[in-house]
Amino acid sequence: MEKKNLKGWLYLLPAILFLGVFMVYPLIDVFIYSFEEGYNSASGTSFGIGLYNYEYVLHDPYFLQALKNTLILVFITVPLSTLLALGISVGLASIKKLRNLFQTVYFLPYVTNTLAVGIVFMILFKPTAYTDGLVNIFLGMFGISPIDFIGGPYWAKMLVLCIYTVWVVMPFKILVLTGALASVREDYYNAARLDGTSSFRIFRKITLPMISPTLFYLVITGFIGAFKAYNDAVALFGTELNVAEMNTIVGYIYDRLYGEGGGYPSYASAAAIILFAIVLTITCINLLVSRKHVHY
Amino acid sequence: MKIVLDHLTKKFPNRNKKSDQDVVAVNSFTFEFPDGKLIGLLGPSGCGKSTTLNLISGLAAPTEGKIYFGDEDVTNLAPEHRGVGLVFQNYALYPHLTVLQNITFPLENLKGKEKLSRKERERRAYEIAHLVQIDGLMDRKPSELSGGQQQRVAIARALVKMPRVLLLDEPLSNLDARLRLQTREEIKRIQKETGITTVFVTHDQDEAMSISDMIVVMKDGVVQQIGAPQEVYDEPANLFVAKFLGTPPINVFEGTVRGGKLSIGGEEIMAVDGACDGDVYVGVRPEGFIPDEHGTLSCALSGVEIMGRDVSIVSAHPSSQNATVRAIVSAETRLDISAQSVCFSLKPSKTFLFDRRSEQSIPFTKDATGLFRRAVEKKLSE
Amino acid sequence: MDKQLDFAKAEARLKRRHTVRNMLVYGMLTLWGVLVLFPFYWMILTSLKEYGAYNAESVPSFIVTNPTVQNFIDAFSKVPLADYFVNTLIFTLATTAIMLVVIIPAAYAFARIDFKGKNLVFTLFLALMMIPNELVIITNYVTVTNLDMRNTFMGLILPSVMSVFYVYLLKENFSQVPEELYLAAKVDGTSDFKYMWKVMLPICKPTVITITILKVIECWNSYVWPRLITDEEAYYLVSNGIQAIRESGFGRENIPAMMAAVVVISAPLVLLFLVFRKKIMAGVARGGTKG
Repeated sequence: MEKKNLKGWLYLLPAILFLGVFMVYPLIDVFIYSFEEGYNSASGTSFGIGLYNYEYVLHDPYFLQALKNTLILVFITVPLSTLLALGISVGLASIKKLRNLFQTVYFLPYVTNTLAVGIVFMILFKPTAYTDGLVNIFLGMFGISPIDFIGGPYWAKMLVLCIYTVWVVMPFKILVLTGALASVREDYYNAARLDGTSSFRIFRKITLPMISPTLFYLVITGFIGAFKAYNDAVALFGTELNVAEMNTIVGYIYDRLYGEGGGYPSYASAAAIILFAIVLTITCINLLVSRKHVHY
Repeated sequence: MKIVLDHLTKKFPNRNKKSDQDVVAVNSFTFEFPDGKLIGLLGPSGCGKSTTLNLISGLAAPTEGKIYFGDEDVTNLAPEHRGVGLVFQNYALYPHLTVLQNITFPLENLKGKEKLSRKERERRAYEIAHLVQIDGLMDRKPSELSGGQQQRVAIARALVKMPRVLLLDEPLSNLDARLRLQTREEIKRIQKETGITTVFVTHDQDEAMSISDMIVVMKDGVVQQIGAPQEVYDEPANLFVAKFLGTPPINVFEGTVRGGKLSIGGEEIMAVDGACDGDVYVGVRPEGFIPDEHGTLSCALSGVEIMGRDVSIVSAHPSSQNATVRAIVSAETRLDISAQSVCFSLKPSKTFLFDRRSEQSIPFTKDATGLFRRAVEKKLSE
Repeated sequence: MDKQLDFAKAEARLKRRHTVRNMLVYGMLTLWGVLVLFPFYWMILTSLKEYGAYNAESVPSFIVTNPTVQNFIDAFSKVPLADYFVNTLIFTLATTAIMLVVIIPAAYAFARIDFKGKNLVFTLFLALMMIPNELVIITNYVTVTNLDMRNTFMGLILPSVMSVFYVYLLKENFSQVPEELYLAAKVDGTSDFKYMWKVMLPICKPTVITITILKVIECWNSYVWPRLITDEEAYYLVSNGIQAIRESGFGRENIPAMMAAVVVISAPLVLLFLVFRKKIMAGVARGGTKG
């Protein structure tokens, strides 16, 4: 038994070392950072312990902008992409021909580099000296005058960010929902059809309850993912997100840590913990709601 | 190699957290498995037979007691040093390896002086494969084999390192009925040819009776009876053993003994000299009934099932512990099927008495012819 | 006779309704397919256009009349795209390899070895799964900076190695291998290490491949950590490279060359996906998150 104990820990040792150094220690440290006031990364000294960092972050206009952007992004893209994915998955489930092809195509954005493809979106939406950009030309056919989606008004930039975010998160949602729909047993449908139930009623009364756990799973992971949005914004608007008014909470954390406004790990830590608290709260609310509504 | 178990006990902590009383899987098992024999460990599921097997193999450590292989104390020896071959119920073949690779796998673990060359390993594997008659399948994967073939591969893998003891855990339970008959003969043959002391675990009494040199009947971790199959069948030590052995199962009646006479339901049935007075269970094997107009045991006839060689008479009796009383008689027996009742007399050699409370067997003098026949049978079987 | 006619009519009506519904469904699916594929089409199209021709189009054309590979040559010669590529390759392979070496024994220990404290450690592992990267990246940044490992591969790789979730995924798979196999091997004197290597891993190969592919995708696309830890171009990965190209890239706004770079960066994973399509999709469905 002694030997077994030793062997077990030996097999775990590398994993524990990596986790200890790069996850557990940082986890403790980030809390310490966030409470140390006036921490100086050069000298490694601080004035004392307190809530000043949180206070600072919560009054920082850049943070408030980032918070607003993130919230708008979350509450638009998560419901939109989930509903869209549900529609597409139900469509996919009802056909036989070309299903594999569609599924393969729909999954492509998952394996692409978000930064790289974001540039393509930027080009499609951005007017330049030479051209109004493809999207504006398309809108022009309906008599809409050109809009600068990348460097123009706030709502236009937010619109592009939302569109790109939805484009990026759809593959995962479609894949998971298609799997969930496929696992609903054919018997239920047949039984319902024999009773003369209409397709819409079948969907509402059978399919939806059966896949409700998956839907809630997607909403929760969607919320968590959208709160951590950053790469999409960088891809569209570049690294100077504060200037573009398009920063996100995660972007704010990195900016406080490094770069132009950087060198303040304490502020970054406080912001990271605020983010974590928000995500945790929303996840808990979601779980509470789902316990009431998910049928099994 | 004989196997000696000396007060072997295995306790497990109780799964039910509220009770801190340990579960006793094997309780003070003492026995010497004779060298070169095929021994069946028999009992219902949860009786401790598989635990006993694991204790012998070394996969589980006993709480108390000792295990010897021959004269060597192996109680604290790790399984790999005991020299046991083990065949699992689901065969446990490595699914990604071919039959040949599966059989040579144990040989690859030999180190130092015992290390074998690849050639030697394969030669041994083919030798064993020939013995169990799978030499034509050596390049297949387990998934391409039938259940019976997988079973043989598993036996070959267990035998290839020339174990001192071969252990089989429910070797036949995953096979269909026809294969089961065939394979049990096969196991008997392989065991005879190799002469390795073999212990196998089964819950199927047919299986145990048909091929074992000796059977051990267990219940709730306690050994109930040990002996040659026929002996245990003919002289069950208690009601449990009597009920567990034999298909169709034994018929049990409630009865009483008064002054050397046995009565069931108030009717005096037969003389049981030597049995003390008291309440008893009466066990009667299905073949122990003789339809007899003057028979003392009268049952309500419910039907007759023709089974070719035999006829099974299904009837009922108010004192019977079973829902129906089943008697098996030869097909030539004349019987009035339309009758309301049927009367039997009982063969004393197929009738057993058990104390109502302890359920232990109560000996009584059976009639002279029966005694004589049993004596002859015993001589013949030795 | 009348009844039969009615029946035929009803069937025809049902069929018509079915066809209409099918057309709607296919229409919707095709529309989404186009929306997904269009950016890919556009980047390939633009990457083949001549710089002059592209800038002369005030209404971009949907086909390319004179395809050119000049943009690809520019992408490799005017910016160190090849270096970004090699860096990413080294980073991806090393991170994935080290991860496998670390998580396989850990998963094995959780699945097969009984030792004191196992349940407690496993619970802690599961709890760590919920910790977002953003929370620990700050200290890691400070740690790596203090260790003077900025702009080194060590600094890039080491903090990216562990994925608790994959330990969990692999452990679940290891646990499904029947225990009898382990007992059989033990009776035959097989060591734990040999059993892990010769029996467990081959049997669980599909899961190991899935984990490897998921990790490769994750590494290839990683942006945040490399951005924090590297400011020398010599250590840029493709994500940082493309960002650098976009911000200061080809002198002027050479969009066709930029698109060529995007094509080159996107190609490896798309090809990997097309080859391992089923494995990747099954793997992501089981264990992926993005979005």
